[in-house]
Amino acid sequence: MTPRLAEIWVYLAATPLLGLTLTLVAYQAAHWLYRRAGMNPWANPVAIAVAIIIFLLWLTNTPYRRYFEGAQFVHFLLGPATVALALPLYAQMQRLLRMAGPLSLALLAGSLTAVGSAMATGALFGASSATIMSLAPKSVTTPIAMGIAEKIGGLPSLTAVLVVTTGILGAVMGRSILNLLRVEDPAVRGFATGVAAHGIGTARAFQESEVAGAFSALAMGLNGVLTAVLLPYLVHLFSRL
Amino acid sequence: MLAALTILLLFQLLGEILVQWLGLPVPGPVLGMIFLFLALAWRGGPSEELRQTSNTLLQHLSLLFVPAGAGITVHFARLGDEWLPILLSVLVSTVLTIAVTSLVLRFLLRHRKTEEA
Repeated sequence: MTPRLAEIWVYLAATPLLGLTLTLVAYQAAHWLYRRAGMNPWANPVAIAVAIIIFLLWLTNTPYRRYFEGAQFVHFLLGPATVALALPLYAQMQRLLRMAGPLSLALLAGSLTAVGSAMATGALFGASSATIMSLAPKSVTTPIAMGIAEKIGGLPSLTAVLVVTTGILGAVMGRSILNLLRVEDPAVRGFATGVAAHGIGTARAFQESEVAGAFSALAMGLNGVLTAVLLPYLVHLFSRL
Repeated sequence: MLAALTILLLFQLLGEILVQWLGLPVPGPVLGMIFLFLALAWRGGPSEELRQTSNTLLQHLSLLFVPAGAGITVHFARLGDEWLPILLSVLVSTVLTIAVTSLVLRFLLRHRKTEEA
């Protein structure tokens, strides 16, 4: 770099502009690739965008903390976006009320499976206690999961990463698993995706259909609440095994 | 768009205040979502503006997870040590959760349909 360029870099690196712009550019590049790949779930835009950002942070030797100073504006929108999920829920209200009983039972089964199998598999293969506690809430959307992790002795920032990984995996594999099981009802497909893979799964479900998206959004919201309430008790139980 | 964004933020704020005040285990935005849902039910649906703004936000829901995902850089050391249990845990749990939830729900819905018939 010439001295002049280096000066500009030092100036820009200190402002939030760079982190924010990088996030938006990386995501749009990833989304362009995703569309080019015919919206194939394997070309997951979150995974690609994260990979681009990691590479550029590594290349420019930028610490994550500095990147996040800009990216936090995007991260912050998770809050209002969660509130906005009320709209697809409202649009499906009649169906939701009609299916309330089965949905509650399926939610309970799915939520317990998510937490139990994550903790058990982690423990079985020798994960440390802090890692197991960070894994436990990984099926729940980021802001909720981070809050839970903090309460039960996990690492909130690690949980955030595991949440995103889970969401990507769920969005990538969901279609194949559901096709394999011959699950056809879009409401059922969406609901299962939302319980397992929160917002990233929901984004994918909205691409399958409006109904799948709404049920995924519902499942994501309900699972967030249920896990937040249940997990502290489950952890207590787990620690006594 | 501005009015709609304000509404969303107000509901989130309402949720956060109640969570802090009452010490609830639920995160503020989730409570805000529940309140907005109730408000929509009471009012008989969203305004066109709120509908459009929410659509825009939800269409790009994936984008909002990107900053948290890039946080993986902070945890490379731990992931290096524990990558196998972490990967297996996330993989097994995600597959099982999708399978169990969808099969239970399908079973219950079918069961109910045959009962009604």
